[in-house]
Amino acid sequence: MTAELPPGLAIQKVDERIMTLNVGPQHPGSGHMRIIVQIDGDYIVACDPDPGYVHRGEEKMAEYRNYITNIPHLERPVIHDSCNALYPYVLGVEELLGIEVPERAQYVRVICSELNRCIYTMYWLAIYGIFLGHSTMFMWPAGDRELLIDLMEKISGARVTHAHFVPGGVRNDLPPNFEEVCLRQVNYFEKRIKEYAAVFYDNPILISRTENTGVLSREDAIRLGTTGSVLRASGVDYDLRLKEPYDVYEELDVHTNVMKEGDSYARSKVPWLDMLESCNIIRQALQKMPKSGSVRVKLKPNPKGKGLDSVYKRVESGRGSLGCHIVSDGKVEPYRLKLSVGSFRNLIALPYLLKGEKLGNMPSVYWSLNYWPVEADR
Amino acid sequence: MLKDLVTPENANVFIGKLGDILEKAIDKPLGYAINWGRIWSLWPVHIETACCSVEFGAASSPRYDVERFGIIEAFGSLRQCDLIVVQGTITRKMAPRLRLVYDQMPEPKYVIAMGACAITGGLYFDSYNVLPGIDGVLPVDVYVPGCPPRPETLIQGCILLQEKIKRMKARKFV
Amino acid sequence: MSTDTKQVTSEEKPAAKPAAKPAANLPAFENSISDKIVEKFGDKIEVEFVKENRVGIKVDKENIHDVAEFIRDGLNYDHVESVSGVDYPQDKEIEVVYHIGSYSDSSLAKQILVLATRAVREENPIPGKDATKLPTLRDIFYSVEFHEREVFEMFGVYFTGHPDNRRLLLPEDWADLPPLRKDFAIKGR
Repeated sequence: MTAELPPGLAIQKVDERIMTLNVGPQHPGSGHMRIIVQIDGDYIVACDPDPGYVHRGEEKMAEYRNYITNIPHLERPVIHDSCNALYPYVLGVEELLGIEVPERAQYVRVICSELNRCIYTMYWLAIYGIFLGHSTMFMWPAGDRELLIDLMEKISGARVTHAHFVPGGVRNDLPPNFEEVCLRQVNYFEKRIKEYAAVFYDNPILISRTENTGVLSREDAIRLGTTGSVLRASGVDYDLRLKEPYDVYEELDVHTNVMKEGDSYARSKVPWLDMLESCNIIRQALQKMPKSGSVRVKLKPNPKGKGLDSVYKRVESGRGSLGCHIVSDGKVEPYRLKLSVGSFRNLIALPYLLKGEKLGNMPSVYWSLNYWPVEADR
Repeated sequence: MLKDLVTPENANVFIGKLGDILEKAIDKPLGYAINWGRIWSLWPVHIETACCSVEFGAASSPRYDVERFGIIEAFGSLRQCDLIVVQGTITRKMAPRLRLVYDQMPEPKYVIAMGACAITGGLYFDSYNVLPGIDGVLPVDVYVPGCPPRPETLIQGCILLQEKIKRMKARKFV
Repeated sequence: MSTDTKQVTSEEKPAAKPAAKPAANLPAFENSISDKIVEKFGDKIEVEFVKENRVGIKVDKENIHDVAEFIRDGLNYDHVESVSGVDYPQDKEIEVVYHIGSYSDSSLAKQILVLATRAVREENPIPGKDATKLPTLRDIFYSVEFHEREVFEMFGVYFTGHPDNRRLLLPEDWADLPPLRKDFAIKGR
């Protein structure tokens, strides 16, 4: 660190061949962040991601709010994946309190979480279509995800910010006749997303743009600690729903999708395969779910009383492993709450993938990291 | 008679006065035409600031299809835009960039504050890194409340902005 | 407490998968991990807790580099999931907690090793220039790079040996205390 410059400003060595480009935060191919790239002609020689444009201090504010009031806050980083964003927090509070959740509530959670994973991935896919200049791929997923948003709206009453999971279960039971409606919508949804292969994944133009760009080898994926679809696209079979099953995932038949290539194409295809798998999980869960029963237990005060206790829970969200580290000192507010989010962990791979790529490939590599800047900044 | 009035000394003044009279006469129909053009081409800048951009994107989806109103066409350079939709929370790091983007846009320009965070700070009213509303940064035309606002609300906000532009003076007299 | 919860669910389920361990001897594997570390380092480390799938270890900052190296080479852990700082003003210390996991070893897939260490806490911090310093783990676990940058700006813990201790999330003109310290109060509270 140099003492003269304020921190945050790196010294850029001026070279007559190398040009420094700021991509973002106002750029169609960057989202809410800035990527400082140095280019030599058309090739990127160095890349320095600069996140933090949506850093809202969630972790600090959580220390001033009690465990229930924190619920709407913690889903705000990923409002279109809000059930998964809340999941580790809710599991962690349950472990701290020693609550056992009713079985029906666990199934409802699994269904909501899988629906949300699809809603998130469809939005991600729509934006990926825009980044690649493929307008049809914006319109189709953006329209089809409304089907599942309707389902979630039936359950919770809100389009995206559900705040449906609470410590001890879920807020409401499923509405009447939900099972039939859900099954019908999910079946139709699965049929629709299978059609995407013809327009997007088998499209020769898309393949030529994304194949062999930004290749992340298996060793590097492990070394950089990437997670989620980025990891699975590089050939590491790691899915927390299978490896560390939470709630009732143990009783469901879950398969993971692994691809060996590790390029942008594989990273864009794995979430799509995961959506097909999500449809399977939802169908199984609807079948195995107890038809009636309570969905929420009453919270009792912490039996341990005052004393430091910490818990680290993680779930598989749409962007990979999402961990929540809660340190409790027995009060009604968390002493410290840390979210370890998949987007932030995948960001570290960006400088490696972009080195040596053409500048035109930057949007496709960047968005294939399954990155959501609001979540990464928290 | 006109020849007597107009001398080489006051020709400039005379022409200027004539221009003023002409301008006032055609201002109303011309202004209407200009405003009519403006309300059907409200193109937003592509700057996302926070999570409301999810619903902003959903507004362009086939179900809501905001482009049928001639507004919020999803692409375009900064220099061709005349609308900035502030999509949610403005952090202290983003605020100077937002103002920079606004200053680079050509006149006329309009601002929609979308979401509770852009209006008052919303859920993040006591955060250390969030501005309590964007009123201190940009002059806001329309507030669209909600956390996040549904796409219908955004469309209604845009229609309100169109109504507002219709009643605005198309040109400013010096 | 967590073990009880798990036992009930495993009784309810019809057929246990072969991969899932029986609930009764759950802490055995975790105990074997902590035993290996204790065997190697003796009283240089302190085992904080052994829970289901979680082993917590506390190390002094002088030994953390060696312990982390052993965790990587001897125990096959290969990446860091999260680095969180916790401020303890009454102890005059800031704790930095590494959550370390493994992708390459399938028997460790569930396990998270919680490695905690503590740095001195200054009353009037000057980030980067005061005594709040820890050795970096970036040369052992590459994945801590951005996490440690975040801890530096949020708590003022300077990681010696980290090549890139720049600011990450906060605005460039941030001149206040590091925001996640307990003595930094937010508006109106």
